[in-house]
Amino acid sequence: MNGCGTDAGFPEIDEVSRLVSAKLAGFLRTLRDNGFAVGLQEGRDAAALMTAGYIENPGLLRSALKHLFSARKSDWDKFDGLFDAFWLGRGVRSGSMTMGSAKAANSPSLKSLQDNKAAPGGSQAATDQIPSADDAPEKRAGEGRMEGASRADNLAEVDFRNMADPEQIEQAHEVAARLAKTMRTRLTRRDLARRHGYRLDLRRTIHGNISHGGVPISLVKRQRKQKPLRLVVLLDASGSMSMYTGVFLRFIHGVLDEFREAEAFLFHTRLAYVSDAMKEKDPARALDRLSIMAQGAGGGTKIGESLQTFNRWHAARVLHSRSCVMIVSDGYETGDAALLGREMAALAKRCRRIVWLNPMMAWQGYAPEALGIKAALPHVDLYAPANTLKSLTELEPYLAKL
Amino acid sequence: MKRQRGSNEKENALAMKTREEIAQALAASGYIADAELATAISLMQLLRRPLLLEGEAGVGKTEVAKALATAHATELIRLQCYEGLDQSAALYEWNYQRQLLSIQAHRGENADAIEDQIFSEKYLLERPLLAAIRRPAPPVLLIDEIDRADDEFEAFLLELLSDFQVSIPELGTISATTIPHVVLTSNGTRELSDALRRRCLYHYVDYPDVDREARIIMARIDGAGASLSLQIARMVESVRKEELRKVPGVAETLDWAAALVGLGVLDLHDTPETVHETLMCLLKTHEDKSRMTREVTERLLGKVA
Repeated sequence: MNGCGTDAGFPEIDEVSRLVSAKLAGFLRTLRDNGFAVGLQEGRDAAALMTAGYIENPGLLRSALKHLFSARKSDWDKFDGLFDAFWLGRGVRSGSMTMGSAKAANSPSLKSLQDNKAAPGGSQAATDQIPSADDAPEKRAGEGRMEGASRADNLAEVDFRNMADPEQIEQAHEVAARLAKTMRTRLTRRDLARRHGYRLDLRRTIHGNISHGGVPISLVKRQRKQKPLRLVVLLDASGSMSMYTGVFLRFIHGVLDEFREAEAFLFHTRLAYVSDAMKEKDPARALDRLSIMAQGAGGGTKIGESLQTFNRWHAARVLHSRSCVMIVSDGYETGDAALLGREMAALAKRCRRIVWLNPMMAWQGYAPEALGIKAALPHVDLYAPANTLKSLTELEPYLAKL
Repeated sequence: MKRQRGSNEKENALAMKTREEIAQALAASGYIADAELATAISLMQLLRRPLLLEGEAGVGKTEVAKALATAHATELIRLQCYEGLDQSAALYEWNYQRQLLSIQAHRGENADAIEDQIFSEKYLLERPLLAAIRRPAPPVLLIDEIDRADDEFEAFLLELLSDFQVSIPELGTISATTIPHVVLTSNGTRELSDALRRRCLYHYVDYPDVDREARIIMARIDGAGASLSLQIARMVESVRKEELRKVPGVAETLDWAAALVGLGVLDLHDTPETVHETLMCLLKTHEDKSRMTREVTERLLGKVA
């Protein structure tokens, strides 16, 4: 962890006073705690930069280290705040949870904050990890029907915590794995050299037959290359869906693990990008990050606005011609149904297929009469019921055809 | 503000010293850089790392590389990435046709001699990556839209960028004669691997602020006066704040400025009609076009002082 600052043998480091190198090591640790991928090499480079005179001017040092340590837009955006908090002591109070100046263990992760807020009592490490007993789903089901403003908290506590149940996680992964297998590949327009291809690859044939003096004896053929299908899941986490969010969150977790390319979003009145949070290796941390994102959950659903956000800010990055978008929602739109229709049309242009899974369809006598659903249906390729993992498995043949 | 270089940084008369000098050199070649980009470029030279530029389409990522090449007075070698890009298009390929001809021509001679001959430099086709490491003076290597290439190519590139040597089975290992200044750009259509990101310095190219955009217009468009440039920049800034499908980039701004200058507009307020009609330079989808009605244009114009 601290090899970056205290590694002997690099001439630059001798020049940096011990104090500064210890402080630098602390800063690197802070960055790592905040999700920066910082290795030994960066530490060395930072030390080199400091000796090269950048340390004289804090603004310059900040800008230099920002380029060095950031690896993506999110890093880029939060770096200045971290730097100021650590080196210049600005906003230390508010930023103290990210400081990690002395011991890494002492820097409270988001988890403890969340625990303090949502679930007082119980040791931090234990609460998330305990496999919830069988009564949890019933409890969830009971509370899910409750009307009222407390739903958001309820969702964060019950559903997300249940995700840590190992057995259910395993089931969800199994379903996702099976889906991943059937939906995995799509043909592309790129060819790949194959012995049993259907087209002759002249160039490679000539190359391969140079040893025969150019007489084409062994032929190289080409075939279309298979590319992985990308699955993008948009999960409705609004109040009316609270009974099902747990199931689908586990499913999403499985999807992110099993598919070669997958992304996940949660939406309620806003849209949140959750792939990164759910890919977190430490399950407890993943839960924390998710719970924080779900803070606004409950209340109404603004599917149209969420989709608009998606189309505007995420679609270009997340979608390509081999993407399948899976929307899981009951279609109870509290916003503008016309907007939903427009955004669905825009989405349909961008991706290959849209699947809309509606948990309510499993109910007897349900008809798609909600305005939202009516506006969206013309653009949907597959509209199917799904409320449990089992029903997801039954959908497999349909999904495979997409 | 005197900065000492490390002892390993002795050569290169071309190396630009301070950020101010870098900004000036870039400005002289037509790119108005902000302070952070200048820092990035000075770091690039100090640490000898590739620079990864990310940002929306049309904010001038590719232009950075071009300006850098001009500022260094060196060659720009560009590798445009696309899906399916492979080694033979990016690194090297043998000139098979010539090899075959040569085999036919020397039929009956010693086989070893023919082999040595056809697998020599003469029959090697240089592609951008190989070319970039074999130049006498370090060129600027622009790897454009790296996110469009496949993962496999990214891994391959990573190897090249860390070792700067290429092994060609028939010819042996070719080490770099010079280390090129590498600039990678990405539009974010695909998430790049962490390994590649870690190799590079990262810079996010954002839409320029009004002042910088005005200076860009003045630097690029002949005949664009200071007041008109400022007006255009302000107008574009307010257009960007509208809810648009495709937010106009710097390239679009320049198109629009060129159009206005070409039509002889001196002040946007004099000719609101022309302004509205030429907005097509900025708006590239039907929805955006229909959203930007005459009234909206006038409202935005009103805000432009």
